[in-house]
Amino acid sequence: MGISIEELNSMQIDVLKEIGNIGAGNAATALAKMLDRKIDMNVPKVEILEFKEVAELLGGAEVPVCGIYFRVEGDISGSIMFLLPLKSSKVLANMIMLKEDESEIFDEIDQSALQEIGNILSGSYVSSLSSLTGLSIKISIPSLAIDMAGAILSVPIIQFGQVGDHVLLIETEFHEDKNDVKGFFFLIPDAESFEILLKSLGVLQ
Amino acid sequence: MTAGIIKVGMADFNVTKHPGVLTTLGLGSCVGITLYDPLTKVCGLVHIMLPSSKAIKNNSNLAKFADTGIPLLLEEVLKLGASKSRLVSKIAGGAQMFSFSNKNDIMKIGERNVQATKEVLGELKIPIIAEDTGGNFGRTIELYSDTGILLVKTIGHGMKQI
Repeated sequence: MGISIEELNSMQIDVLKEIGNIGAGNAATALAKMLDRKIDMNVPKVEILEFKEVAELLGGAEVPVCGIYFRVEGDISGSIMFLLPLKSSKVLANMIMLKEDESEIFDEIDQSALQEIGNILSGSYVSSLSSLTGLSIKISIPSLAIDMAGAILSVPIIQFGQVGDHVLLIETEFHEDKNDVKGFFFLIPDAESFEILLKSLGVLQ
Repeated sequence: MTAGIIKVGMADFNVTKHPGVLTTLGLGSCVGITLYDPLTKVCGLVHIMLPSSKAIKNNSNLAKFADTGIPLLLEEVLKLGASKSRLVSKIAGGAQMFSFSNKNDIMKIGERNVQATKEVLGELKIPIIAEDTGGNFGRTIELYSDTGILLVKTIGHGMKQI
């Protein structure tokens, strides 16, 4: 069966981090185009964390967050999750819908706006991954959930759980004028696909 | 009621006795399984992530799987003075947080976790006296050792005692 995150050497980790950087950069550019605004991005933080540490990063397992989830298919299979704190979700939904709503209520229009953002960000992320690796990768229609961080995170964590006890996480921060949006990307190749991914990047024999 | 709330993380377990309270936060597709002995007021909680340890290479963490986590929890509550014949179980979780039209195995993991949990408890002959499983929402659970009541909290789906 596949290789686990714990078994990666430092060069392989660096390559995965770099992919995270490039992917998140492309995603930010796509967002800027969509909103027709200048979007700045911090250098993404790419980390390998233990399960327990991930929920803490979001403020605890009970904190409500917005998760947008995709299946990945093609030469590699797996999932992508784009996770946003509620405040950032609202900022993004407001930007798209050109409104100023301070509440933490997400109606259907807000939800589909967020799904669309997730679609664009993940799509650009995957297309950069695809051009870097030469692999053909497609993403499914997004599915969105707003619920406790722990419950939403359990989905990617369970998938990582089949290959190890750690997750690979890319934390990105976008800024638009005075609005800050913090988002987290999880790239979760299925067990067999991890090896294909690393091989295509030339860091696994 | 307020004395010592013990947090149980994902793929983790803990046991306590009166007046302790055990909690696990934000159960999604995972399942929280509680064991309770009403006489000695010994209780335990395990937060499993996957149905079976057998299909997985990296399976050293026993609390991660239904088939190894529940026997482990049983052993620990017995050590603390519970009697196997009096033990009752309550389970919660096993939701499907995201829905897709083409359902593959990984999306049905919540359902499979609940099924595996029931099988393991059945084999161990521990009765399940209450459950709150399925749906598409997260749950936080608290087990009170004085009464054996399991409190289930959600976002937008209310709170209940089972």
